[in-house]
Amino acid sequence: MSIKEQVIAIIAEQAVLEPEDVTLDSTLESLGIDSLGLVESIFAIEEAFDISIPFNANNPSESDFDISNVASIIAGIERLKAEQG
Amino acid sequence: MKRVVITGAGTVNALGHSVPETLTAMREGVCGIGPLSFRDVERLSIQIGGQVHGFEAEGRFNRQQMSLYDRFTQFTLAAAKEAITQSGLSFHGELSAKSGVVLGTAGGGVSTWDDNYRAVYEEGKNRVHPFVVPKLMNNAAASHVSMEFNLKGPSFTVSTACASSNHAMAQAFAMVRSGMAPAMVTGGSESMLCFGGVKAWEGLRVMSRDACRPFSANRNGMVQGEGAGIFVFEDYDHAHARGADILCEVAGFAMSSDASDIVMPSKAGAARAISGALQDAGLNPEDVGYINAHGTGTAANDKTECAAVADVFGPHADKLMMSSTKSMHGHLIGGTGAVELLACIMALRDGVIAPTIGYQEPDPECALDVVPNTARKAKVDVALSNAFAFGGMNAVLALRRV
Repeated sequence: MSIKEQVIAIIAEQAVLEPEDVTLDSTLESLGIDSLGLVESIFAIEEAFDISIPFNANNPSESDFDISNVASIIAGIERLKAEQG
Repeated sequence: MKRVVITGAGTVNALGHSVPETLTAMREGVCGIGPLSFRDVERLSIQIGGQVHGFEAEGRFNRQQMSLYDRFTQFTLAAAKEAITQSGLSFHGELSAKSGVVLGTAGGGVSTWDDNYRAVYEEGKNRVHPFVVPKLMNNAAASHVSMEFNLKGPSFTVSTACASSNHAMAQAFAMVRSGMAPAMVTGGSESMLCFGGVKAWEGLRVMSRDACRPFSANRNGMVQGEGAGIFVFEDYDHAHARGADILCEVAGFAMSSDASDIVMPSKAGAARAISGALQDAGLNPEDVGYINAHGTGTAANDKTECAAVADVFGPHADKLMMSSTKSMHGHLIGGTGAVELLACIMALRDGVIAPTIGYQEPDPECALDVVPNTARKAKVDVALSNAFAFGGMNAVLALRRV
């Protein structure tokens, strides 16, 4: 699976949806993922990709990781994987 | 002051996944203690316990719930559902706003601590699941009961080792008696049967390798159990007005502290709690027909408890019955008094005294009628439930037949 497919699978599982219902422009809010679901998703992504995501739930907008929609999450992970190189 | 009655009971323990299953097992003197089954059990020197079998989270809870519910919370929610269903109460409006949940546990989410320490120390992982804290915290079970059943009044968790659930139920009783709450969900739970939980107890060298034999001269220690006991305590007038089935009355309680030793029990401290409960309930010693003993099966507890009972009751000590059901379900630590309260309810309501099983040899230092090995029929008007914790913290409840 590509990074994109894996991230969509993780988010879909968290949202209790089918992967095809998760689109690149979906926001976590629109998928019904609350703040606890968000930290759980980040945990699952870190586990799946063996990366550490710089995300602070106290202040998501100032974290160095953009969670505004599914596409931005995928882009962030791809950047972290590339840096890990 | 209000009279307080019990209108619902629920449990999960080694003897059964419900109150009827548990009472049937107690009547029949079933032993729920057996070989432990969990990861790394072969590294333990103590390999027996009163483990709950056949209670799977899968199918009972959804994925999100399982990520938040430690096993002690799972037991609690199942028992609370049974108790609240039996009570017939549903919490809305004023009843919801004033009713709460006070529970006891000694360790809280012990297996959550255990699993995650294993992950970071043994397996070298550097990341744990985000819900580790809300899953392991001692008040998690009480919180989830409040959320599940819409209890918006006073709720908290009491932790006094082996007396936790008796202290919790005493507190809930006091809240209903004072008029602060029309009903309270109360009791306790424990789930320490995992590698770290049993390993810690092993260290004390008070555990039996073969059986829990309270009051028997050849007793050789305690055996851990797990599970939950949950009750609905309700203002008598409130229960009576709605035609609720009343299981028994909670007549009084007392708490005392030995203020002497962190592990060794004190006869004086235990006696003050027992006599205090009688006084609080306005009862004479002669009124008591049955005592559910703390009866851990250790050398120290059982002789000290018998001596305290002899001191408080005088000649009547030879007429009353005192059994320890820990011989069947094991010692549920912070949940033990709650499961043992079921034996008191059975004595009062059904006239059946649960036995002390595994009894083999009389001990002159425990020379009371401990209802050895076989249940007995008897009419009992008043029953006491003893709990004497490490740290010297004691809580005794007095129950009366209605």
